[in-house]
Amino acid sequence: MLAQAIFYALAALTVGSAALVAFSRNIVYSTFALLGAFMGVVGIYILLAADFVAMVQLLVYVGGILVLTIFAVMLTAGIGDVKVSNRAVGSGPAIVVAGVAAIVMLYAVMRTQWHQAAAFTPAPTTYAIGNAFLGDYVLPFEVASLVLLAALIGAIVISRHEVRE
Amino acid sequence: MGGGITLTHFLVLSLIIFSLGLFTVLTRRNAIGILMGVELILNSANINYLAFAFYGGGTYDGQIFAIFVIMLAAAEAVIGLAVVLAIYQNFKTIDVDATETLRG
Amino acid sequence: MDHPIAVTFIRLIVALPLAGAAINFIAGAWLQKTFGKRAISLIGCGVVIAAFLLAVRAFFAMIAIAPENRFMLDDLWRWFDVGGLNLDIAFWLDPLSMVMTLIVTGVGGLIHIYSIGYMHDDDGYWRFFGWLNLFTFAMLVLVLGDNLWLMFVGWEGVGLCSFALIGFWYKVTANTTAGNKAFIVNRVGDLAFVIALYSLFAGLQSIGHATLVTREIARYAPRLAGMPLNFAGYQSAYPLVGFVTLLMFIGATGKSAQIPLYVWLPDAMAGPTPVSALIHAATMVTAGVYMVARLNFLFSMSPFTMGVIAVVGGLTALFAATIGVAQNDIKKVLAYSTVSQLGYMFAALGVGAYAAGVFHLMTHAFFKACLFLGSGSVIHAMGGEQDMRKMGGLRHKMPVTFVTFMAATLAISGVPPFAGFMSKDEIIWQAISHGHPVVWSMLLIGAGITVFYMFRQVYMTFFGEFRGTHEQEHHVHESPPSMAYVLIALGTLSVVGGLVKIPEFIATFKPFEDFLDPVFSSEVTRRITEAGIHSHATEGAFAVITFTVVVIGWLIADLMYRQRKLDPARFSQMFGGAPYEWVYNKYYVDEFYNRVIIQPYMFATRALAWFDTNIVDGVVNLAARIIVFLSWLSGLFDHYVVDGLVDFSANLTLDVGGRLRRLQTGSINGYLYGILAAVMLILLVRAVVRA
Repeated sequence: MLAQAIFYALAALTVGSAALVAFSRNIVYSTFALLGAFMGVVGIYILLAADFVAMVQLLVYVGGILVLTIFAVMLTAGIGDVKVSNRAVGSGPAIVVAGVAAIVMLYAVMRTQWHQAAAFTPAPTTYAIGNAFLGDYVLPFEVASLVLLAALIGAIVISRHEVRE
Repeated sequence: MGGGITLTHFLVLSLIIFSLGLFTVLTRRNAIGILMGVELILNSANINYLAFAFYGGGTYDGQIFAIFVIMLAAAEAVIGLAVVLAIYQNFKTIDVDATETLRG
Repeated sequence: MDHPIAVTFIRLIVALPLAGAAINFIAGAWLQKTFGKRAISLIGCGVVIAAFLLAVRAFFAMIAIAPENRFMLDDLWRWFDVGGLNLDIAFWLDPLSMVMTLIVTGVGGLIHIYSIGYMHDDDGYWRFFGWLNLFTFAMLVLVLGDNLWLMFVGWEGVGLCSFALIGFWYKVTANTTAGNKAFIVNRVGDLAFVIALYSLFAGLQSIGHATLVTREIARYAPRLAGMPLNFAGYQSAYPLVGFVTLLMFIGATGKSAQIPLYVWLPDAMAGPTPVSALIHAATMVTAGVYMVARLNFLFSMSPFTMGVIAVVGGLTALFAATIGVAQNDIKKVLAYSTVSQLGYMFAALGVGAYAAGVFHLMTHAFFKACLFLGSGSVIHAMGGEQDMRKMGGLRHKMPVTFVTFMAATLAISGVPPFAGFMSKDEIIWQAISHGHPVVWSMLLIGAGITVFYMFRQVYMTFFGEFRGTHEQEHHVHESPPSMAYVLIALGTLSVVGGLVKIPEFIATFKPFEDFLDPVFSSEVTRRITEAGIHSHATEGAFAVITFTVVVIGWLIADLMYRQRKLDPARFSQMFGGAPYEWVYNKYYVDEFYNRVIIQPYMFATRALAWFDTNIVDGVVNLAARIIVFLSWLSGLFDHYVVDGLVDFSANLTLDVGGRLRRLQTGSINGYLYGILAAVMLILLVRAVVRA
């Protein structure tokens, strides 16, 4: 009972924030709504016994990406300039497309006989994930670090060029 | 997980977020807005991964993949925002409808 | 003849002049420049003199053998082995070829020495000696070849050298034209000769003895008697032997300048005088006589051919003599004289007096060479002048030339005891002795005319007043020793050379005829030679008649040209001057040949050329034009179709590109929709495919 309530509360938070992100005219409102969405998602993760992932989500998404987004928003748009900055354009076709996608996916989800595996006792996952990263998944792990390096360098290069000019 | 919350619930939740994110991507004129939509989509995908990991027998493969997704999303967001800043420098605006100089 | 002795130095006699020719042609120019003309003289004359010495050695070896065994063979190697014809390169030395070899190398050697002085100022000195040596080589191959094919090689070789030497001063076109005339007229005769060879071989092959070796033909020839001539399977009514011998004689008329193929010899005087002496007096022109003598066993089998030879010989003797009377060029007189004397030789062969014909060949070589070289001496002294009307009184200024010239003139006139008397008188006697009165009369009158024109020449040149220019008079001098000694040698031979065969009615001393006897020993020939009158008294009577005619001839010449009591002009103007004009212009024979033979031939040539240019080339040009047209067509195709395609594809690309360009809106929203649409499509396709 409690679990259901928690789930629905978190779901409502997430969906509501996402809706605000989508429909808000003010980019700053959208950005802070995104914060709400992220927080909701963290809760969902914990519900799904993914404690480590939830923390990663919190640190990276909220602490990193969201902050970055706020910086970018602040740098590129005057806060006072509310009217101009975030008009939605052509919402008609978008509603249609998104709606169709939603309906199709819903249909797929509902119709499929999901095989339920045996229940299990949730356990702390950090240890296991750490072992996996440096065991079975060491190659993707290393490659991913390279990707981050590339992204880092790329970002510096892109922004630096413009500054020089 | 008790209380009758099944896999389907999580899947429905993720698909709603996905649709909202899709809508954001398609309608936003602000470049950062589009990026935010992309983040929503990625998050919905992560929810899917973890739901399947939980209801699929407790293996951690899904969680590991979700971590990868988060990481790559971070990288992508960094690059994207750097590009947006660069566009802002050049065009003094980040309205995607205004940046049409590549029009054929 | 069946067991000839193998002698290996005979090949040296032939090889030495060849080596001389090779050295002179290959290294001559360089040798002349480096060491001077002396080196060339040494090589050129040296090889021929060495060959002569070897020939003398062979002669002494030969007379040491018994007469019936005087046959020497030098077999070098197998030449070819084709379809039943097996021929070797081999040299056959029997009395006849011995005599010829001695004449060729002996008189030839003397003329080589004479050329040292005569050609002294010519830059082409090495070329001259090269050709002279090559000629000597070819002539020796001709006389020494043991088979008819090898003889023919020599036959052609001397023709080539004659052509080259007549046109030696090639920068003057008239000289090269004369050379061409000699070669082409000879070719006509050669064609007949070759056909004769093939027919002979075919005939011999049909009786199972396919050979062209002379001594073997001699053995099997009697079996050809009565055999008819086969034209490609069709058997004709004509005898093979008659056909073969007649055609061979036609070949001989070409090489030895008889009617009708003599016309090249007067023109051949365009060559240097030593050439005239060697080739056109002493050796090459005698090749025909040699050939008939060599094949006497064949000719004796055909009375018809013998008759033809006798008549043609006699006619030529008379005919050429009459032309010689009216000539004013010192060499032309001698040229016609040569033709005439050759007629005597053939007449002798024709009536069956083979030995007499060969004897006259030898004496003629002596005195005619002497006459030609003497005239060369005169021309040299006169600075190139050859017209006798501009000469005169030269006997004081050129005594050696005069004396030797006189000796040779007496010889040719048939004055005893000079060489010509011995041989010519013998022929005239044999003609009547074998029962040919017509031939005899032609030869007799010819003898009278011969004396006349020879003494006319002597008186015009050496007696009387000098009629040339003053510079010529100052320039006149006797010849240098190299020329003078040769004249003396030949003059002496003209005097004593005939003493090897004295007429029967005077004494029986005929070593020459005895020496040649084994060659003419076949049955058929013997029958002919031994026929005839053998009365010494009759012979003596006819000799007197001949001598009378000679004296009359001399007398007329003396009255006209020395004592000046008779005016030549009276005779030339007689009967309106027309006969004189005819004789002076050689009876217009050349003009006749030109009109009847050459013009039609040239016409045919031009017609064929027209055909080639217009029709054949026309077809070729037509083909070319068709191809050009076709290529123009394909050019059209290329221009419109191919280029059209290319242009079309280019335009298409531009067009489509222009339209597709509009996809690039620059609108990011648009792009996103695009991405979404593509993803949807992919998912749809996957779903459908899976279903």
